Amino acid sequence: MSFHDHPTSPSPATGLPGFATWRSVYLVVLGFLALWVVLLTLLPRLFP
Amino acid sequence: MNTLDYLVLLGTLVGITAYGVWRTRGRRDLKSYLKGTGNNSWLVIGLSVMATQASAITFLSTPGQGYEGGLGFVQNYFGAPVALIVISVVFLPIYRRLDVYTVYEYLGQRFDRKTRLLSAALFLIQRGLGAGITIYAPAIVLSTVMGWRLDFTIIGTGLLAVIYTVSGGSDAVSVTQKYQIGMIFAGMLAAGWVLVAQLPANVSLTDALTVANHFHRLDAVDYSPDLHRRYTFWSGLLGGGFLALSYFGTDQSQTGRYIHGGSLRESRLGLMFNAVFKIPMQFLILLLGVLMFVFYQYETPPVFFNETAWKQQAASGKDGAQLHALQADFNAAHAEERQELSTWLAARRSGDLPAADVARDLALAAESRAQSARDETKNLIRRTDAKLGNDADYIFITFILRHLPHGIIGLLVAAFFAAAISSKAGELTALGSTTTVDLYRHIVRQDLPDAHYLVASRWFTAMWGVVAIAFALFAQLTENLIQASNILGSVFYPVVLGVFLTAFFLRWVGGTAVFWAAITAQLAVYVLYRTLTISYLWYNLIGCVLCMALAVAVQLVLSRETSSSLS
Repeated sequence: MSFHDHPTSPSPATGLPGFATWRSVYLVVLGFLALWVVLLTLLPRLFP
Repeated sequence: MNTLDYLVLLGTLVGITAYGVWRTRGRRDLKSYLKGTGNNSWLVIGLSVMATQASAITFLSTPGQGYEGGLGFVQNYFGAPVALIVISVVFLPIYRRLDVYTVYEYLGQRFDRKTRLLSAALFLIQRGLGAGITIYAPAIVLSTVMGWRLDFTIIGTGLLAVIYTVSGGSDAVSVTQKYQIGMIFAGMLAAGWVLVAQLPANVSLTDALTVANHFHRLDAVDYSPDLHRRYTFWSGLLGGGFLALSYFGTDQSQTGRYIHGGSLRESRLGLMFNAVFKIPMQFLILLLGVLMFVFYQYETPPVFFNETAWKQQAASGKDGAQLHALQADFNAAHAEERQELSTWLAARRSGDLPAADVARDLALAAESRAQSARDETKNLIRRTDAKLGNDADYIFITFILRHLPHGIIGLLVAAFFAAAISSKAGELTALGSTTTVDLYRHIVRQDLPDAHYLVASRWFTAMWGVVAIAFALFAQLTENLIQASNILGSVFYPVVLGVFLTAFFLRWVGGTAVFWAAITAQLAVYVLYRTLTISYLWYNLIGCVLCMALAVAVQLVLSRETSSSLS
């Protein structure tokens, strides 16, 4: 099988096993972090 | 505490210890003793990582931090999710592929023997002392409040952890931690529930949070670039991130919890479990402290929460009259504050905003006077005995004993001990395995049968238990306990992290360069810690970057010397 026969494009993060597969999980985790930071920043405004 | 509380306390602690011994009976080979059976699911791994990190200090001290300073401490954990992702992406696959017992073995393979030994030694010093704080923390607070003997409390707590850790090894730690953390969450939820239920009938949860906000207890995020402020968004994200990276990624007490999981997927999910739940957990514990602050606006708190120390000094010290006068000032200011708060909330409800503003300002002024009386009391007590001056660690236990029903008191005290024991067990098994694998088997007695190292490992685990107990018996801590623990980590961790990051990302740097860089950086971090006044979280970033930069510099010099001698 040549390089072009790969059904999906290769992971850009070569050398990081499973990074492409887990990328969405990491993004969700970072999303939670961003959500918490925003929520905690706005918390004083919720109880004026 | 009454008989019911003692029954709950003893039943829980003895039950969990016995369960740990029974579930892991018959561990006869070194691999399963040090690594476990290797079939732990992501939930067991996640809870084990959480239980090892969250010791009794977390649950006993953090509500006190929330009471005194509000939610700001939560920023300390902003870097943790990012750090756990980096560990999941970079560190974990390497550790698992090499199938190492300890992460310091990896350094031996990547660099050389001396770098492995240096990192293992830094871990043993730091974690050996940390294990002492882990049992000292609940023991000093609970023995003072309950009137128990401190030495008996320390020895009892330490021995329970030693018994099942020596008996069952790594798996005994994992199987008991899921029940211990479950009990801790049950206790904290019960405390939160009762706290909210005991607020005055005319004060809703929204009112309570509004009061907390006007007293600056909801100011969670501070974007100030001031390096001297202890907790800011930046120090939490960068300093806290590097602290989390070194703690979760290079400390054997943590790596031992997740690298031997059922599969790479299970280990990763266990880490992501912590990445998602660490901040909410800390937030809820701090919020408990914030709500306790509001609760004590309607109940008169003691002027100094370590009442035993206050009473002793008021009765015998030369400052007795002044302490009584300060208490009277505090009570008067507090009574006025309570009155103005009721007026303020009533005026808000009726829509009389000018009157509400006046009452709020009067309440804040009264709070300021009460706080002054409290600060003066602390200073007086600190002048006589420096280590008694901080009473934040006594706030939550005072609330528990004064205001929670029997049974729940026993459950919470048991939860504190369970947290101390579960965390100490995780530390002990890591200290025992590092001593056996990186020092004893590597240097002292090589190429002996596994059965010999199994016995040695049990002895080393027990030895570290005794060292931790001895350190706890002689500890003299003046900082708030959770901060003392983090400061200790921030001085020792960053250099070890620098060594690991050099190993992962600077492939052309060799063992000799990183070894001397690590020693120099460790000395530099210690000197900086003693001379600068910046937030301790920044040392995690400084130490790590310094170690890596020095490693690069030394390697360049060594490479130049080698090439010039060749030519």
